[in-house]
Amino acid sequence: MTVVDWSRWQFALTAIYHWLFVPLTLGLSLIVAIMESLYLKSKSEKWLAATKFWMTLFGINFAIGVATGIILEFEFGTNWSNYSWFVGDIFGAPLAIEGLVAFFMESTFVAVMFFGWNKVSPRFHLAATWLTWLGASISALWILVANAWMQYPTGMEFDPAQMRNVMDNFWELFSGIAINKYMHAVFSGWALSGVFVIGVSAWFLLKKRNEGFAVRSIKVGGWLGLVGLLLTMWTGDGSAVEVTKHQPMKLAAMEGLYHGGYSQGIVAAGLVNPSKTWNNDEDEYLFDITVPYGLSILAKHNLNAYVPGISDIVNGIDVNENGDTINTVSYAERIRLGKLAHESLRAYDQARAAHDEAGMNKAVAELKENYQFFGYGYFDSVDEAIPPVGVTFYSFRIMVILGSYFLLYFLVALFAVYRKDWLQKQNWLQWIAIISVPFMWLCSEAGWCVAEVGRQPWTVQDLLPTKAAISEISSASVITTFWLFALIFTVLLVAEVSIMLRQISKYSKTNLEIDNAH
Amino acid sequence: MAEKYIIIIFADNSLRKTRMSNLTVTLGKIWHLYYDGFREMTVGKTLWAIILLKLFVFFVVMKLLFFPNILKQDYSTDEERADHVREQLIKR
Repeated sequence: MTVVDWSRWQFALTAIYHWLFVPLTLGLSLIVAIMESLYLKSKSEKWLAATKFWMTLFGINFAIGVATGIILEFEFGTNWSNYSWFVGDIFGAPLAIEGLVAFFMESTFVAVMFFGWNKVSPRFHLAATWLTWLGASISALWILVANAWMQYPTGMEFDPAQMRNVMDNFWELFSGIAINKYMHAVFSGWALSGVFVIGVSAWFLLKKRNEGFAVRSIKVGGWLGLVGLLLTMWTGDGSAVEVTKHQPMKLAAMEGLYHGGYSQGIVAAGLVNPSKTWNNDEDEYLFDITVPYGLSILAKHNLNAYVPGISDIVNGIDVNENGDTINTVSYAERIRLGKLAHESLRAYDQARAAHDEAGMNKAVAELKENYQFFGYGYFDSVDEAIPPVGVTFYSFRIMVILGSYFLLYFLVALFAVYRKDWLQKQNWLQWIAIISVPFMWLCSEAGWCVAEVGRQPWTVQDLLPTKAAISEISSASVITTFWLFALIFTVLLVAEVSIMLRQISKYSKTNLEIDNAH
Repeated sequence: MAEKYIIIIFADNSLRKTRMSNLTVTLGKIWHLYYDGFREMTVGKTLWAIILLKLFVFFVVMKLLFFPNILKQDYSTDEERADHVREQLIKR
């Protein structure tokens, strides 16, 4: 493997581990806030006990997960220094705001939330709990705005003197891609936390301990999870439309679609043909079960809309909203224009060295003309500009199939929990609820895999491919830190799970029907 | 409302009772929130030990030894950094 491959693996591993902690923080903080509100409204000690129990699990996840994202920032400086410089303040500004405002807000109110019982007024405590949730959610906003900019770079102008993209419109960072991506990630955190709460509560039911507490928790977790999942599906639909507009190649890879068409169906289940390429005549799938019109509806909200496939995009063929066939810029042409942009940058560099002002201005004007294809100049063939189809295709299906399963999961959980004393007797259902918990994480991680593998080969869409974003470093140092990091995060994960299990076991022996939780 | 006082011990061991300002009262409350909170923690102590160990490993061991910021480390001005990145991006 090359240094680019190792660095990508390292970044992927870091992000995967980081995302194990984040969605639970986003959702469990909301569940705790809802339960505390119910306590304040009802004055029932039962809700107080439930609030404190879930707050303890939230605290464990928060403590273990806090600052895990910082490793990603280190990797930007070490492995992706060209990228870090190239994106300039556009990427830096949201991350700085995240660090300064949201994270500190979250951290401050976490302290009041945990230490403030009996020290501040109940209303102030409740406000701190809600602000902890808000802080976590705002924190996610800035991260996802930065990520969305990489998928759809906008609101900036490239300055060859600084070799940076300089932000010229901050508000353009809040693009449709950014808003959908943010909401999709946050709502999926609600759904994940709902599954977690139901799974843990089911264990209490299985052990016949604190059954009243478990039932109350399942009701809150079930409703929040269901709402979160429906909103995740809604924003996922919005994301698909945005991806179609701005990253059509990613959509085609998600679908394993090489030759598009009108009224395009979507593959519900199937196997992609690994030897299929954009320019051979082999079949796209080894087998497939296709839902008619599905992809046209998903991509363009239109039964009969045209959706281009990988080969169509490479060849520069698309159809506009009026149904007219249009020629977009083919990938071969993009590569040519990208190389011209590189030539202009080289000319700028030479003119600058010679203090030739006129030459510099001329080179900048030429560079601007082709800058939108700058990244394609790094490719020698169009094959390099196509994302890994198999990983994107299967990740998308894992996400969607598991997402659909969890919709059923929430519906069954809510149906069961509202039937008087019924769920308590259904051991098989309790087991399913428990066993399903890790699959929700798999679903969530698969979603990120679609978003990040599907946008390859780009770090910044169309402007900077992964292979150009890498620093000049040796593979050996990346391999060392890869394993070091893998070890540390695995230890942290094991610590989190074991501390959580110990706390759940401890609380299961406590009467949570009265306020004796700590 | 009863007035609140703070006792200050001076270097010569003399004591002086001073009326606390609202700010001092607030700061005192914040101090006690954290002080009592940390003192009364149960599982939190383990978590704090993990957090501190983690931050040490992240910021001292990993950041200093394994994750230097290459552009900051190898170049002293933004112009030099821009030149390096330009050269890198043109070369590739």
